[in-house]
Amino acid sequence: MTTNSTVLLRVRNLKKYFPIYSGLVLSRHVNDVKAVDDVSFDVYRGETLGLVGETGCGKTTVGRTVLRLYEPTAGQIVFDGTDINALGENELRAFRRRMQMIFQDPYASLNPRMTVGSIISAPLDVHTKLSKKEKQDRVQELLKIVGLNPDFVNRYPHEFSGGQRQRIGIARSLAINPELIICDEPISSLDVSIQAQVVNLLEELQDKLGLTYIFIAHDLSMVRHISDRMAVMYLGKVMELADRNEIYLRPMHPYTQALMSAVPVPDPSRARNRQRILLEGDIPSPVNPPVGCHFHTRCPWADEHCRQVDPEYREIVPGHFVACHYARIN
Amino acid sequence: MESLLTVKNLQTNFYTEDGVVRAVNGISYSMRPGEILGVVGESGCGKSVHAMSILRLIQSPPGKIEGGEVWFNGRDLLQLTEDEMRKVRGHEIAMVFQDPMSSLNPVYTVGFQISEALMLHKGMDKQAARKRAQELLVLVGIPEASKRLDNYPHQFSGGMRQRAMIAMALSCEPKLLIADEPTTALDVTIQAQIINLVIKLQQELGMAVMWITHDLGVVAEMVNTINVMYAGYIIERGPVMDIYKNPTHPYTVGLLGSLPRLDEAPGTKLASIPGLPPDLLALPKGCPFYARCVYRAAQCTESMPPLEDTGTAGHIVACWRWKEIFRKGA
Repeated sequence: MTTNSTVLLRVRNLKKYFPIYSGLVLSRHVNDVKAVDDVSFDVYRGETLGLVGETGCGKTTVGRTVLRLYEPTAGQIVFDGTDINALGENELRAFRRRMQMIFQDPYASLNPRMTVGSIISAPLDVHTKLSKKEKQDRVQELLKIVGLNPDFVNRYPHEFSGGQRQRIGIARSLAINPELIICDEPISSLDVSIQAQVVNLLEELQDKLGLTYIFIAHDLSMVRHISDRMAVMYLGKVMELADRNEIYLRPMHPYTQALMSAVPVPDPSRARNRQRILLEGDIPSPVNPPVGCHFHTRCPWADEHCRQVDPEYREIVPGHFVACHYARIN
Repeated sequence: MESLLTVKNLQTNFYTEDGVVRAVNGISYSMRPGEILGVVGESGCGKSVHAMSILRLIQSPPGKIEGGEVWFNGRDLLQLTEDEMRKVRGHEIAMVFQDPMSSLNPVYTVGFQISEALMLHKGMDKQAARKRAQELLVLVGIPEASKRLDNYPHQFSGGMRQRAMIAMALSCEPKLLIADEPTTALDVTIQAQIINLVIKLQQELGMAVMWITHDLGVVAEMVNTINVMYAGYIIERGPVMDIYKNPTHPYTVGLLGSLPRLDEAPGTKLASIPGLPPDLLALPKGCPFYARCVYRAAQCTESMPPLEDTGTAGHIVACWRWKEIFRKGA
């Protein structure tokens, strides 16, 4: 973590349920997909918080709900002292310029009919009153910052490779000098050698511009690489949150332990000698998450208590939060 | 030892409107019975096309196997008639594809799809094939196999579909299983299950496995030998321990450096490879990695470097300068 540890974003008991309707004529609300189910965390200014988890764990929904791209079902999202959940649309827009997003799929998140210049200047059109010339200069500057040739302004997205497109997405997110950037799986569709380029760029930009990131991904090693602290999610809940070293050296939640042991290690002698914790079965549906602890159906430690009582998400040692009845300090 | 599969100077091109895409450019190697070979490379390196060429699954037009030999069990597969080839596919060589969602037929039950191959290749009747299909589902670890036989693919989760695909591939006890990125679409905990399953089955059944992937972490723990491919060439090949310990091609070194490690020290920078892979429509005359290589020199543009023996058993590399770069002290 950086020396400056003021809280930029405070999320408390955030819930996002997507309703399921049934019936053609008399459409009734029959159930909910509990995508995010009571999640709390802080993001400090200047740090990178990693959100990691498998398909359907709610990591992307957390990111989108924090920006109010989805309306939260319940909970507080406090950005720099203001509860943005309570803001009206106009006030919200003023806050949005301080938070931006980089999307997963660089093929779907850039409009194919817009030039790179107009894509990057779109946030400037919405949020600033810059003149045409000023906007042009800013776009050129942004292209340079993300390592693209400034002469590319009039090209279209299809003329670029995946890695270059992701750079365009990054340039767009930087256009209005945001404080917080939510990176939603920004590298998962890229090749390994290109992933490293983009991650290095994100790290450089953070150092240069003092950005705060929420970095969402399913790749545990990459999240650990870029994050200062990381949160492990499972079925809509944060299972464990701690400093990147602490969580690696002392994972307390059985899911974190299993997840870490499942990560491929690019070292044959180590990969063959380690003990793997194999989880049985599949991830349950978030429509009907298991009663009690959401993880109990796959947990090697689960007992009757876990099947009945949802464990409290608590701070076991300073800065290390775990939601497990049997988490211990060893 | 007698080799199971010998590929000699295999070349596959695609004739497109834009020109000739040179996907596989004369690759040669062999596999022993029971060997696990990892084929590693990024998008467009020809790893999948080369496997499809072995099974002659290249759609023509636009694709065409231009030349080479594929010796399997004493026959050149490229010289077989289509009828003879059909007896090889799924019977002697089976393939598991990347996307388990789209490689199962949605309108037939899983049981039917597995028994189909048994009836076709093994001449079993319906009952016998169904019984065997059930045994196979048990073998790959699908619970309640007798009920699951009558399920359609959409009733299976991603991991279960991939297990069903593996069951199907194993149904005729192939001598070679080609697995084309079988875990890329899956979550890490499910990926760990599938890798364990394939290792276990390989040991029990003694078949050879070709595991195609972009992930150097996945293959580290399971393969004996690695082929690293780039732009349709094998640029380095060797025993797995040696490839990870003494990578001798600048691309392999870069690829390994691009991977974050779970156990890395804080502040580690990823060694990314600059630039993009070459355009397969216009491959350079010399080394295809030239434009991205930090060690490039004038000699590299002259012609494609041949694969040379590095002095370690079976470790070969295609680089003009590997001796001066990596064997300075020696």
